[in-house]
Amino acid sequence: MLLRHTSKEVKEREGLTINPAKTCQPIGAMYAALGIHGCLPHSHGSQGCCSYHRSTLTRHYKEPVMAATSSFTEGASVFGGQANLLAAIDTIFSVYEPDIIAVHSTCLSETIGDDLQQITRKANDDGKIPEGKRVIFASTPSFIGSHVTGYANMVTGIAQQFAVSTGAKKNQINIVAGWMEPSDMREIKRLAKELGVKIVLFPDTSDVLDAPQTGKHEFYPKGGTTIPELESIGDSLHSIALGSISAEPAAIALEKKCKVPFETLEVPIGLTATDRFIMSLSEIGGVTVPDEITADRGRLVDVIADMEQYLYGKRVALFGDPDQLVPLTEFLLDLNMKPVQIVSGTPGQRFEKTMREILDARSPETKFKNGIGADMFLLHQWMKNEPVDLLIGNTYGKYMARDEDVPFIRFGFPILDRIGHSYFPNVGYSGGLRLVEKILTALLDRQDRDALEEKFELVM
Amino acid sequence: MEQISILEGRHKQVFEKKTGGEQVEIACDTSSLSGSVSQRACVFCGSRVVLYPVADALHLVHGPIGCAAYTWDIRGAVSSGPELHRLSFSTDLQEMDVIYGGEKKLYHSLIELIEQYKPKAAFIYSTCIVGLIGDDIEAVCRKVAKETGIPVLPVHSEGFKGTKKDGYKAACHALMQLIGTGSTEDISKYSINILGEFNLAGEAWIIRKYYEKMGIEVVSTLTGDGRIDAVRRAHGASLNVVQCSGSMTWLAKEMEQKYGIPYIRVSYFGIEDMSKSLYDVAKHFPERPDIMEAAKQVVSEEVKELYPSLQKFKKALTGKKAAIYVGGAFKTFSLIKALRSIGMSVVLAGSQTGNKDDYARLKEMCDEGTVIVDDSNPVELSKFILEKEADLLIGGVKERPIAFKLGIGFCDHNHERKIPLAGFVGMYNFALEVYQSVMSPVWQFAPRKGVKK
Repeated sequence: MLLRHTSKEVKEREGLTINPAKTCQPIGAMYAALGIHGCLPHSHGSQGCCSYHRSTLTRHYKEPVMAATSSFTEGASVFGGQANLLAAIDTIFSVYEPDIIAVHSTCLSETIGDDLQQITRKANDDGKIPEGKRVIFASTPSFIGSHVTGYANMVTGIAQQFAVSTGAKKNQINIVAGWMEPSDMREIKRLAKELGVKIVLFPDTSDVLDAPQTGKHEFYPKGGTTIPELESIGDSLHSIALGSISAEPAAIALEKKCKVPFETLEVPIGLTATDRFIMSLSEIGGVTVPDEITADRGRLVDVIADMEQYLYGKRVALFGDPDQLVPLTEFLLDLNMKPVQIVSGTPGQRFEKTMREILDARSPETKFKNGIGADMFLLHQWMKNEPVDLLIGNTYGKYMARDEDVPFIRFGFPILDRIGHSYFPNVGYSGGLRLVEKILTALLDRQDRDALEEKFELVM
Repeated sequence: MEQISILEGRHKQVFEKKTGGEQVEIACDTSSLSGSVSQRACVFCGSRVVLYPVADALHLVHGPIGCAAYTWDIRGAVSSGPELHRLSFSTDLQEMDVIYGGEKKLYHSLIELIEQYKPKAAFIYSTCIVGLIGDDIEAVCRKVAKETGIPVLPVHSEGFKGTKKDGYKAACHALMQLIGTGSTEDISKYSINILGEFNLAGEAWIIRKYYEKMGIEVVSTLTGDGRIDAVRRAHGASLNVVQCSGSMTWLAKEMEQKYGIPYIRVSYFGIEDMSKSLYDVAKHFPERPDIMEAAKQVVSEEVKELYPSLQKFKKALTGKKAAIYVGGAFKTFSLIKALRSIGMSVVLAGSQTGNKDDYARLKEMCDEGTVIVDDSNPVELSKFILEKEADLLIGGVKERPIAFKLGIGFCDHNHERKIPLAGFVGMYNFALEVYQSVMSPVWQFAPRKGVKK
C-alpha cells in the first residue's frame, strides 16, 4: 500500500502540502497559449520550469508540446532577466518563426522583479518584433493561486492585448473557454454551429493538442484561435465566460477595455450546466434550439432514467479544479448520487460560496475544502473515515483508489495513464452521456466483481 | 523538403562526421541559448532524479508547489520495501512566505513530517526562489536534525544555479554527508558499491544478482532501491562501480579522495558493455581468480541464452537506422554498440549533458555521416531524423510524440521505461522493444516520413 502512512486522524497542518491537488501557474499559462494559432509559449525563468510543463502536457496529451525558455542563469537572477528575454525574443522570431510569442513569468522572474510589460515594450521599441508579429505576456507567479490561476491570467492577457474595438459591432459572440480539453472545445464549437450562432472561441486547443498523424512534426499545428479572430473579440456583441475562476477574468477585462457585456456560466458539464449554456447561447444569439440538440438532451435524460436505481445514493469523493468540480457536483446531485467529499488545491472564496449554494439545500453534510491544506492527503483521510463508493479525479487518484479499493474515474488534469480525454468531450449532452457511461461502468463492474455467485446477474 | 535552419549560435554544438571535413571540436558544457526550445531541465531536476530512489528518506521540496507536483512519482525507480519516496511533500510557499521568508514553514513541515513518517533521513531541496529570499536552510536542517535525531540534509538545487549536472553534484554532496556515518564491520574485502543505477523497472536488482553470483558483496546501490543505512556504510566497499557517469562520477571521485576507494566506469546496456562491467570488477580482485571464473560463467550462461533469441530481431532490423538523443553521453556509447549488435546503424547521436571527452569518443565511434548534437531541440531533431531517414528514435518523454508524428519507431531509454533495459535480459527487452516499435503495422497506415510522398 503506497499510501500506508496516511493516518485517519485529521490534524491541522502548518503550511505543508502532501500530495497536492494543484500545480503552479505557469503550466496553465502555457496550456492557454497553445490555444492561439501560431503561438509559441515562452517561459521566463529557469530551464526546468519549461521542461517540466512540456513533459507534463506531453504525458497528458501524448503530443509534442513546444515552448521556449529564457534559460535563467545565476547572472540573470542577480541582474534581472531583461537581457535574457530580449535575446530570447530575437532567437525565437528568427529561428522558430511563430506569429506570436506568449511570455509568462515564473516564481523566479517575479521574485527578482522582472516587469514583463516593460520588457516587451522595450522589445517593441528596439525593433525586435517583426512587422505583423506579436509578443503578449501574463504575470504568473507560482507562489500565488494554482495552475488554474495561471490559465486565467494568460487568457486575460490574450483578451486584453489582442482585442480592438473598431466601433463597428460584429454579429458574433465570444466564448471564453475555461480550462477544458481540446475535445470539449471542439464540442462547444459544434454546439454553436448546430445552434446557428457565430462564435469566437478562445483559447482553442483543438487541432493543436489532438493533432493527427501526418508524417510531419508540425511546430504550429493548424488549430488555435487566430490573430484576426482575437482582434475581433472587441467588436463582439457579447461574451460568455465558461468558468468563474478560469474564464471570467478575461471577460471582465474585455468588458473594461471594449465594453463587451458578458455573463459567466459554469463549464457545461452535466445536464443543468449544459441547459444553462444552450439557453443562454440561444437567447443571446437570438435563435431557437434545434430539434437535434433537444433530442441529444432527451437521450441523456433517458439513460439517467433507465439506470437511476444504480446511481441512487452512491457516495462520491472528488478532487480537481474548481470550474470542473462545481458543475460536476451539480451533475452528480442531478444523478441522485451523493458527492460527499470534495477537494481542490486552487484557493479562492468564490469556490466555497458556489459550493455552499449548490450543496446547502441538496447535500448539507458534504465536506469540501479548497486552497491551502486541501490536498489529496486530506481527501484520503476523509475517505478513510467515511468510505465512498466512487472516486473521481486526475491520475494521482489511482493511489487512493487502490489503497481503499474504490472504483475510480479519471477526470481533470493531468491524466497521465489513460487516453480519451483529448478526443471525447465531457461537456454538452454528449459529454454528460459519456460521464454517465463511465460512472455506471465503474459502479457495475465493481458490483459484478464483488457479487456472490448466486447474485451475479446477467441483466442489469 | 523545406530547409530547417539550425539555431544561430548552435553551429558549434552540431557536428557531422565526414572524412577530410573540418575537425571542429563540439562545444558543450554550456548553458542553453535563451529562447531555444531546449529539451534540458534544471539543477533541481538533476538533484531530484539522483536522490529520488532513496526509498526510506523523506524528500521535502522547499518552494512553490510546482517543483514538487511535477516530480511526484514520475520516475519508475522501484523499491523492494518502503515507498516514502513516491509521495509528494512541499512547503507550498505562498506570496507572504516569499516576502517574510519560509524558514518557519520549513521547520514546522519537517517536524510534522518526521513525526508522522519516521524516515531514516530527510533531504530538503532548495528551489529557485529559496535561493533568492535568503532562507537559511542549513540552519533549519541543523536544528531539526538535532531535535529529531535523524540526518536532515540540505540539497542546494536552486534551478537557475547551473545545469542539471550541477544538480547531480548537489545531490552527491548530500550523499557524501551520509557516507561514512555507518559501521563497516562485516563488510567483505570483495565488495563494491553500484553507483548511478536507479533501479528503473528493477534494473539494479538484475545487476546486483550478477555481482552476487560472482561472489561480490554489494554494499550499497546509489541510489536505486536505496536505503539510508546502506548509504551510510558505503565507504566500507573496496570498489565503486559507476554507471551513468554524468550523475555520479563526482561522488566516486570524492569517495576516492576521502576514503581511498578506487572507481571504474561501466555501462550495463548491451552484451559487450554488460560483460565488460562484470570482467572489470573481477579484474579488480586479481588475488581471487575464482571471481573472474565466476564472471565468465555468468556471461557465458547469459549469452548462450540471449544470443539465439536476438537473431529474429536482427534479421528484421538489419539495415534500419536509429537516432539517439538521451540525457548522458555515456549511455549513447552503449546504445550505439547495442544497436549494431541487432544490425542497426546510428545516424544521429546526441545528449543533453555530454562533455568534451564524451563527444571526442562519440566522434571516434560513429560511422561516416553520423550527426552529433549537444543540447538539441525538436526542430533540429526532426530535421536530422528526416534528412538521415531514421527508422527509430531513442529518447525521453518529450521526444516520444515527435517520433510518432514523424512516423518512426521509438524507445524510451529514460525514466519512463517500463521494462528493464539493463543487463543481459535488458538487451533482449531492448531488442524486443525496438523491434516492436520499428516493425509495428501502424506505420503502414501512416504517411511515411512526410518527405517521401
